[in-house]
Amino acid sequence: MKKFLSGNEAFAEGIRLARPQVISAYPITPQTIVVERLSEMVEDGSLKAEYVHVESEHSAMSCAIGASAAGARAFTATSSQGLLYMAECLYYASGGRFPIVMMNADRSTALPWNIYGDQRDSLSQLDSGWIQAYAENAQEALDLALMSYKIAENKDVSTPYMANLDGFVLTHTYETVDIPEREQADRFLPPYETDNRIDLENPKNMAFSAGPDTNYIFKFKEHEGVLAARKVINETEKEFAEIFGRKYTGLIENYLTDDADYVIVTLGSIAGLCRETADKLREQGIKAGVVRIRYMRPFPNDEIADVLRNVKAYAVLEKDISFGNEGTVFTNVNSALKKSGINAKGYNFIGGLGGRNISASDIEQIYSDIANGTEIVNFIGIGGGNNG
Amino acid sequence: MANKTAESISRDEFFYGHKACAGCGGSLAVRAALKVLGPNVVSVLPAGCMSAVGFNFPQLCFSNNSIISTFAGTASMLTGVEAGLRARGYKDFTAVGFAGDGGTADIGIQALSGAIDRNDNIIYICYDNEAYMNTGIQKSGLTPFGAKTTTTPAGKNIHGNIRPKKNMFEIAAAHDIPYAATASIGNLPDFIKKVQKASQIQGTKYIHVIAPCPTGWGVAPDETVAIAKEVVESGLWYLAEYENGNFKLNYKPKEFSSVEAYLKKQGRFKHLADEDIKLIEASRDKKWEYINKNFEL
Repeated sequence: MKKFLSGNEAFAEGIRLARPQVISAYPITPQTIVVERLSEMVEDGSLKAEYVHVESEHSAMSCAIGASAAGARAFTATSSQGLLYMAECLYYASGGRFPIVMMNADRSTALPWNIYGDQRDSLSQLDSGWIQAYAENAQEALDLALMSYKIAENKDVSTPYMANLDGFVLTHTYETVDIPEREQADRFLPPYETDNRIDLENPKNMAFSAGPDTNYIFKFKEHEGVLAARKVINETEKEFAEIFGRKYTGLIENYLTDDADYVIVTLGSIAGLCRETADKLREQGIKAGVVRIRYMRPFPNDEIADVLRNVKAYAVLEKDISFGNEGTVFTNVNSALKKSGINAKGYNFIGGLGGRNISASDIEQIYSDIANGTEIVNFIGIGGGNNG
Repeated sequence: MANKTAESISRDEFFYGHKACAGCGGSLAVRAALKVLGPNVVSVLPAGCMSAVGFNFPQLCFSNNSIISTFAGTASMLTGVEAGLRARGYKDFTAVGFAGDGGTADIGIQALSGAIDRNDNIIYICYDNEAYMNTGIQKSGLTPFGAKTTTTPAGKNIHGNIRPKKNMFEIAAAHDIPYAATASIGNLPDFIKKVQKASQIQGTKYIHVIAPCPTGWGVAPDETVAIAKEVVESGLWYLAEYENGNFKLNYKPKEFSSVEAYLKKQGRFKHLADEDIKLIEASRDKKWEYINKNFEL
């Protein structure tokens, strides 16, 4: 069934199909529409879930952890300040191997206050042990909602999953979205079954302390869980394509990269404009390409190395800055290339902070700058920056 | 159902092998409550004394389902556990939280208030030892006036803690909670009866039990129960219930025992001057004036 939906609404439709049993809800712009739609679905009976009006984001995640520990499929959604407020619980959920799914509407973080989109909120939590996906459009948002549980709940993975949607640009923009049939969704995603739960027949102690001798082993296992998602994401997308007919490309999505000299690596909704610009430059004989990172964790080390192996130069375009250094995505991409012994010229372009527009001419300028050489770290519309 | 007493309580143990200090009042409260609630209880304990002494992998000390929550998240995790088990079709279980005074009255009060507001079907037991004992005796919102802690030193200028205890019992009651009660581990039959009663009531239940900490209070390990009786006899704590919109006093000492004697037994109050003790007595009398006027006997 096709419907005209915003990114938030599309995600909520995906969650309805995924049948979470407990939803903890707390409002924050620009995520609110997700929890509003879900409350309506619970009210009209099309979604059978315990809908809990928690009193903060910390409690939203704490409640989701409790529900997941009870063996229930749990969902919550947040953004920006809310994500930071629940940060303690993010590490708790991943350390406890609870496959909670959360939608995060990527939004700037105060100060100064700002409700518009950038990716500093979620990228600041890369080390929290969550799988992190970044959607480009509303259809992908819906599809991620449905795939997320299958990936997170896989026994080799058992890791919580954060699906990121660019605030406003994606959460509030309407597109035609294909909503899968209920029967197909149920065939794709069976109910959650786990041993990692409270069991009244065989009681257990959960979320315990582990001293220096064993703590490290638990952390190693947690790392293995996130890494295991690499394979499971590919398998899940294959099965998804068989049932629903839509294909996804794993941790990254490449566009015109096979013979590209100049590539922009980016993530989220800005990728569309990058592809349009690449098309335009191709008409002028410039071999431009685009890599869209779909998953920041697990990080696509090998995929990025493969696609950038023969480029003349690449730019990492991101709505993020790690103050005192550079954009975090740039750091991650450079690490991937270094590990594979690739020495292509790399540049960082930081833009879109606090929702500031990145235009087609900005992107054209990036391709031109990396072809001609520029500062290593550049702030779009401000200029080159000193990164020490 | 007949009320359980110390004589009829189960011989089963659900919390043992832990490494709490000798004479720990908190572990006594947890042990007794779990005996009342039985094997189908799921307990949630935040970071704090009981989780620190009971959950050290691989030495795990609860024989019922138990889980540690974040420090602020006792009530919110209880909510999730209760909702999750219910969503999975379980009916015969009790979700109970055991949090200390800091975990309840300070960092956890927001989540607790939220759970009471939603009227989630949980029992929340605050074992009040009147300071952050697990981290080494720092002042909490439930540390009484005058108490010396490691962050409220007793010096020439300031005589320990300068603020009275928050009244968590009445804060819980102000939500119009289905059931709230105060208790003391110095009167176990009363505590057990209240836990039993709470387990029969639908909605949120809050029980605030005084549980002395010999380490933090500066009393001998074998004086825990006696000092927990004396705090009630001296009128500095009271045994009461809130139900159906009414406060009820469960026990009224015929005559208060000496406040000074109660205080001077404890290392944390040794420094108090006569005028400090007079202030404590005056505040007790004011409280009892209120109780006598507003609580049924």
